[in-house]
Amino acid sequence: MNNIFVITELTEQGNIADVSLELMTKGRQLANELKVDLEALVIGHELNGIENELYPYGADKVWVADDARLKHYLTLPFTKIAVELFKEEKPQIALLGATTAGRDLGPRVSSALSSGLTADCTELVIGEHYDKKSDTQYDQLLYQIRPAFGGNIIATIINPDHRPQMATVREGVMKKSIVGTDYKGERIDLDFNKWLSDEDFIVSIIERHIEESDINIKNASIIVAGGYGVGSKDNFKLLHNLAHVLGGEVGASRAAVDAGFAPHERQVGQTGITVRPKLYIACGISGQIQHTAGMKESAMIISINNDPDAPINAVADYVITGDLGAIIPKMIEAYHKNTK
Amino acid sequence: MKKLNIVVLAKQVPDTRNVGKDAMKADGTVNRGALDAIFNPEDLNALEQALRIKETYGANVCLLTMGPPRAAEIIREAMFRGADEGILLTDRAFAGSDTLATSYAISQAIRKINPDMIIAGRQAIDGDTAQVGPQVAEKLNWPQITYTEEILKLSEKEIQIKRRLENGVEVVKSPMPSVITVTGSAPECRTRNAKLTMKYKHARTISELQNENRDYEALLMDKPHLIIKEWSVKEVDADTDLLGLSGSPTKVKKIENVVFTAKETRRLGDSEQEINELFADLIKNHTIG
Ligand SMILES: Cc1cc2nc3c(=O)[nH]c(=O)nc-3n(C[C@H](O)[C@H](O)[C@H](O)COP(=O)(O)OP(=O)(O)OC[C@H]3O[C@@H](n4cnc5c(N)ncnc54)[C@H](O)[C@@H]3O)c2cc1C
Ligand SMILES: Nc1ncnc2c1ncn2[C@@H]1O[C@H](COP(=O)(O)O)[C@@H](O)[C@H]1O
Repeated sequence: MNNIFVITELTEQGNIADVSLELMTKGRQLANELKVDLEALVIGHELNGIENELYPYGADKVWVADDARLKHYLTLPFTKIAVELFKEEKPQIALLGATTAGRDLGPRVSSALSSGLTADCTELVIGEHYDKKSDTQYDQLLYQIRPAFGGNIIATIINPDHRPQMATVREGVMKKSIVGTDYKGERIDLDFNKWLSDEDFIVSIIERHIEESDINIKNASIIVAGGYGVGSKDNFKLLHNLAHVLGGEVGASRAAVDAGFAPHERQVGQTGITVRPKLYIACGISGQIQHTAGMKESAMIISINNDPDAPINAVADYVITGDLGAIIPKMIEAYHKNTK
Repeated sequence: MKKLNIVVLAKQVPDTRNVGKDAMKADGTVNRGALDAIFNPEDLNALEQALRIKETYGANVCLLTMGPPRAAEIIREAMFRGADEGILLTDRAFAGSDTLATSYAISQAIRKINPDMIIAGRQAIDGDTAQVGPQVAEKLNWPQITYTEEILKLSEKEIQIKRRLENGVEVVKSPMPSVITVTGSAPECRTRNAKLTMKYKHARTISELQNENRDYEALLMDKPHLIIKEWSVKEVDADTDLLGLSGSPTKVKKIENVVFTAKETRRLGDSEQEINELFADLIKNHTIG
């Protein structure tokens, strides 16, 4: 009772999605601190052995709802299962990915349980709170920390009196790491049919076109990112060349994505992906807060910008002032020279 | 097909996309007064979907917004673009509502309007939560279709929608009534129509008329289409315990301004030699290579 739950999500191949494993990692830390168990909910189809993907991340219990009708995410039955399970198990914290499914499911579940939900958290920590009005001390609340107001402020949100305390987190924001390959929990197959009726299947999926993208900037250790200053899709080739010789990936600012220079999967920042590579080379990126929010944790940042006062320079370790069209080829050359 | 009654949910928001230098105070806090109040961008995408339905199938489009008195501005804006009427939910008791309390208030208003469908924006740029649409749907026990990009088919009984997911698209069908939330990748909203702008220029709420102290109240009584309805807690029969701060499970504990902590930065020129030295260092310390 009063444990921490992660509502997990599955990939197209039927594995636990990275964002859920990242939340399991965070959930395990919080559970240790609160001295409670970590539990996962998996809803889908053909889930034999799925628990084994979750145990290494410290899952004490894995609740499974396996049914052909639940193969793809559907708002109503997924909500029903989560809500009924939570009514029985009364978790104190429930986490889910800020994905299209998670952001569809989270609000619906929280509304049904009249609990609070904070979207897109960037940090989750346990803390205390004193409420003056009611003279009440709360000892172990979940601080749900997130940017707000277009990223111009950072807000700490709490839910003092309602449970579960719910939060969504984007992929790549939390780090994923296993507790141990021999960690063992328990799988429980849910008797969910008692909760579902035909009413829950009134919305149906007619068609799906999912393109598994092979772009993966989240795990790249070197990212060469381009902004609006790159100027065109064609000029982005230069960045691809540099990324290629360095063994890295290409990232982009939202302005570059909006202008069609790069696909959305490459967008770094608050509404894109959060990255923490060893090296981040920002080319023609001004460094607005929504962009830096997604890359400022990089171990080393080099900025190439023809404006010596570009805001990105404040987070950069090296600033090269000049035209990226001239500088990038020199970098490629310098790399070859020094690795010969 | 009968004429559909569509409610579009829209919010007036501070223009957080244009937080320019003058919008930040010297102490680094946001100068809210310096930000324009705008029609939430994705709510314009939502309005466009409603107006397309109106053109194709015939519909009455009502814009519903909860906010302070000045939020009537976005109702007029919607009328200039083709909405038929508007309702402003406004009351001190609504102030401080989080998404759950907001969706409770909105769902109470919806019960009174009894529409055939609700079209909302995906999310509002002030909070970026994307919660109000699904929560209104839950409160009404209606199905929801989020991330709508295109309405493919519509009848009194059923709607077919193309949704934009992070890595693809999905076509779903849902019975009516339902709540639809529209993403920014859906078609942009049409601009103002000159005739409609003339027609609705003087649309006002009763409070606005009183504040303006102008004597066209009688005139408005002859032209009821110019009256923007104003509803308080009483009109929507809401329980005040479920509104405002007391009805909001989430509380803001702390707000911090984002300050850049400048790192120690080395500045280089763009000469071959300087770039060469930088790369030699990067390779030596195993950042690359
Ligand atoms: C709610 C919200 C969420 C957002 N989320 C994100 C997000 O996730 N990611 C994101 O990136 N943005 C996001 N933004 C947008 C963000 O505010 C900025 O608009 C965007 O990051 C700017 O992109 P940019 O730096 O590429 O473009 P610009 O600001 O136009 O900067 C271009 C830069 O290129 C430089 N330049 C031009 N030519 C050259 C040249 N030849 N050589 C070298 N330098 C050159 C210029 O000096 C300038 O600094 C968001 C905004 C909002 C409101
Ligand atoms: N105060 C409000 N009045 C009317 N509609 C709202 C209000 N707040 C949110 N909405 C609707 O709900 C959507 C999601 O808002 P949010 O959950 O705040 O991101 C918005 O795009 C609007 O369509």
